[in-house]
Amino acid sequence: MNITPDSIILWEWEFLHINATIAFTWGVMALLVGGSWLITRRLTSVAEIPRWQNLLEVIVTGMRDQIREVSHQQPGLYLPFVGTLFLFIVSANLLAIVPGFIAPTGSLSTTTALAISVFVAVPLFGIAHEGLGSYLKHYIQPTPLMLPFNIIGELSRTIALAVRLYGNIMSGSIIIGILLSLTPFFFPVVMQLLGLITGAIQAYIFAILSMVYIASATAAQHTNQTKPDKFRQTPIPQNTQKNPTKEK
Amino acid sequence: MDSLSLIAMVSIITAGLTMAIGSIGPAFGEARAVAQALSAIAQQPDEAGTITRTLFVGLAMIESTAIYCFVMAMILIFANPFWDYAISAAGN
Repeated sequence: MNITPDSIILWEWEFLHINATIAFTWGVMALLVGGSWLITRRLTSVAEIPRWQNLLEVIVTGMRDQIREVSHQQPGLYLPFVGTLFLFIVSANLLAIVPGFIAPTGSLSTTTALAISVFVAVPLFGIAHEGLGSYLKHYIQPTPLMLPFNIIGELSRTIALAVRLYGNIMSGSIIIGILLSLTPFFFPVVMQLLGLITGAIQAYIFAILSMVYIASATAAQHTNQTKPDKFRQTPIPQNTQKNPTKEK
Repeated sequence: MDSLSLIAMVSIITAGLTMAIGSIGPAFGEARAVAQALSAIAQQPDEAGTITRTLFVGLAMIESTAIYCFVMAMILIFANPFWDYAISAAGN
């Protein structure tokens, strides 16, 4: 039994090896890019918008609301990064119901790549927000004695981010594989449904956690304390009530 | 007992122990977190959205310890480096 799709070689030529992870990652990317291009080709703002445009608007609005709530900041700057992470992971996880599809998030290389991009993005956003010196001051925040612990914490949460997503997705496919040999037909289907829920929740958690890390680097909680309350009086509260319950 | 079956036996027993012991702590932790979140939602239904989101993030944090144990168990059973080494040494 394979615990990683990296070992499934689909095509090889001299030093080039295309394994299942790379192939399905590019498949998901092509699906996302092509689908978005097809839908956004003719956007309208008339009273009756096309249903696919409606879907994309719901997704983008939901992501903006979630980012705004978590970071207490305007979501525009963070939406491209966090939203892309969420969309990629959630589509990779949910496409697992397609027969023959192997979720690329079930490979430690993919999740490590995603976690490293978060690891790089956190200081970038932090420095862009408040400058280099002020960002570096976070590392010696309570006392300079905490410097090594802050650095270890930064590294360990990156590893945790990668292993959490990998472990959840890999465990789902392994459990289905074991159950198929023990009790075929009914029980694996139930576990696969559970795997879909887990996949959606893990994608949400990955995006929210990376947003939390970025928000803690930009330290907006102290500076923009009044802004979110202004937003809360606009119609957003209905959405914020609905969105997390939908995630369940 | 030769070293090959010793490695296999120790790996399987350790994998079982890893899951058994490693899932106790996260189980208690998640139970406490969910119980507290439920009573918080019961007291303040208006804040259900915020509580639920924080609960999910916290549960993911707690659960990652169990996931580490699971990954270790899977490595011990399916991708054990010592087993591979012993097999290759026995092959030669």
